Amino acid sequence: MTPSAPAAAAPRPAARRRGRWGTAAPYLFVLPAVLLFAAFKLYPIGWSFLLSLHRTVGGTETFVGADNYARLADDPLFWTALRNTGVILVVQVPLMLALATGLAVALDSTLLRGRPVFRLGFFLPMVTGLVAYGIVFSVLLNEEYGLVNWLFGLVGIDPVPWLTEGLWARISLGLALTWHYTGYNAVILLARLQTIPAELYDAAAVDGAGALNAFRHVTLPGLRPALLLTTVLSTIGTLQLFDEPYVLTGGGPDNATLTIGVYLYQNAFKYFDFGYASAVAYALTVLVGVLGLIQFRLLGEKS
Amino acid sequence: MTARSRHPGRSILLTSGLAIALAAVAVPFYWLAVGATHSSQEIFDSPPPLLPGGHLGENLATLQETADFGRVVLNSLGISVVYTLLAGVVCTFAGYGFATYRFRGREALFGLLMLGLVVPAQITLVPLFKMMAELHWLNTYQAVIAPNLALPFGIFLMRQSMAALPKELLDSGRMDGCGEFRLFWRVALPPMRPALAALALFLFLYQWNDFIWPLIVLRDDSTFTIPVALASLQGLDETDYGAILAGTAIAAVPMAIVFLALQRHFVSGLLAGAVKE
Repeated sequence: MTPSAPAAAAPRPAARRRGRWGTAAPYLFVLPAVLLFAAFKLYPIGWSFLLSLHRTVGGTETFVGADNYARLADDPLFWTALRNTGVILVVQVPLMLALATGLAVALDSTLLRGRPVFRLGFFLPMVTGLVAYGIVFSVLLNEEYGLVNWLFGLVGIDPVPWLTEGLWARISLGLALTWHYTGYNAVILLARLQTIPAELYDAAAVDGAGALNAFRHVTLPGLRPALLLTTVLSTIGTLQLFDEPYVLTGGGPDNATLTIGVYLYQNAFKYFDFGYASAVAYALTVLVGVLGLIQFRLLGEKS
Repeated sequence: MTARSRHPGRSILLTSGLAIALAAVAVPFYWLAVGATHSSQEIFDSPPPLLPGGHLGENLATLQETADFGRVVLNSLGISVVYTLLAGVVCTFAGYGFATYRFRGREALFGLLMLGLVVPAQITLVPLFKMMAELHWLNTYQAVIAPNLALPFGIFLMRQSMAALPKELLDSGRMDGCGEFRLFWRVALPPMRPALAALALFLFLYQWNDFIWPLIVLRDDSTFTIPVALASLQGLDETDYGAILAGTAIAAVPMAIVFLALQRHFVSGLLAGAVKE
């Protein structure tokens, strides 16, 4: 440690000692990322807005102003997609996060044996690609031949039209999403749980708080930042939902699982209506921004 | 005395409850492994097969015949490895720059990059597709790789990890006459090995599983990645589910094994990025 002693004592020598690179060094380190980001993210974001003001017909683009946005307002399919996405957001996301919180508390409990195995096991679904698990679920949930309905049959339950009836298709999509993301959210929450000082629980116990009160007054407030993070991440993910409905249900039956992400894809790469697809994308972005802000306000205010 | 030995009954109850939940979570994995070894007819038998069968080789042969799956696996591997290396360098450089230097515009530039975390990826799909078409990059590997090299989450992860580097360590390196790049390479990187492992695993998984972007830019089936090939097989009129499930197992099982091998780095690295304020 001797060589470092004089350095630590010197009054901030770093800035003057950056050698030949001088003050350029930090910029050189961040430059590749910034350039790539500008070329493949910022530039397309701007271009997308221009596209949303045009109509593409037979390869030629005509400027139509806000027409595409006006069309959104009158497009029943867009509203269907919006409603479907909204339903997942208000039903599946809170259920999953509640489940993840319970799972995190259980995984954190000293009562649990073999904790490492459980932590790993519940995280594993996250590693599976969306296409892979979509395919597995579509076979498992097959109405006539699937394993799930066969098991139901054993206990005398009639076959469930998992993927062929609107409400059930939505439930199936929710099940698949929950299977995939609950463990991941639980691990994020678990890491936060471990930073809550044990003294707080001891103090709660001294004050005579039962398990439920300790959860409400110690665990939940301590989890707040991690809950905010998981809520915002899940919201962004849900609003952009594409892979699962595309593979599992193709947006059907009868558009019951059509999400904004799938609708955007259909407009762009099935009908090649780039202008309208871009307007859908901008509507989606505004939605993400507004919901993100609201969530920060609601959950972030006290931390 | 631990809580466990004071409440043996509750401990057993909690452990067995979670074991049942974990078993339910594991069903799709188990069933994937079983399905991959059966013919399409057997998969849809009643009762469905619950134990491995003898058709794995046949399924792989069908897969090779209908989708040139060997080529597809190589495409996926090549793209994922090259992506991991390049994006790893970009993200590590940027993370180091943002974490260890104070410079004019630092906050603004970092904020700009983090915007990428919240702006929906779909907004860039159409312009990026047009861009790739104009560059004549459609059906090329670079079209898959280039647009996501500056991955905001990767940069975020590396900045969080690099922020833990002691300033004194870097300053003493400078006192010893170390140039800025040598400082990064010889002083900053070695203790970052766990974070780098986490980043590499994350980038590899991200690229290996990515679907929508490869689906858009790869139109020629000789360039398909595994998810694109699987989705195209599922779209066929006569879908051979034995073959598809074998392909799905190939996509999922190696990843699960790699993850299990490196999970300690992965989970801790991911969490360091996710929860530190």
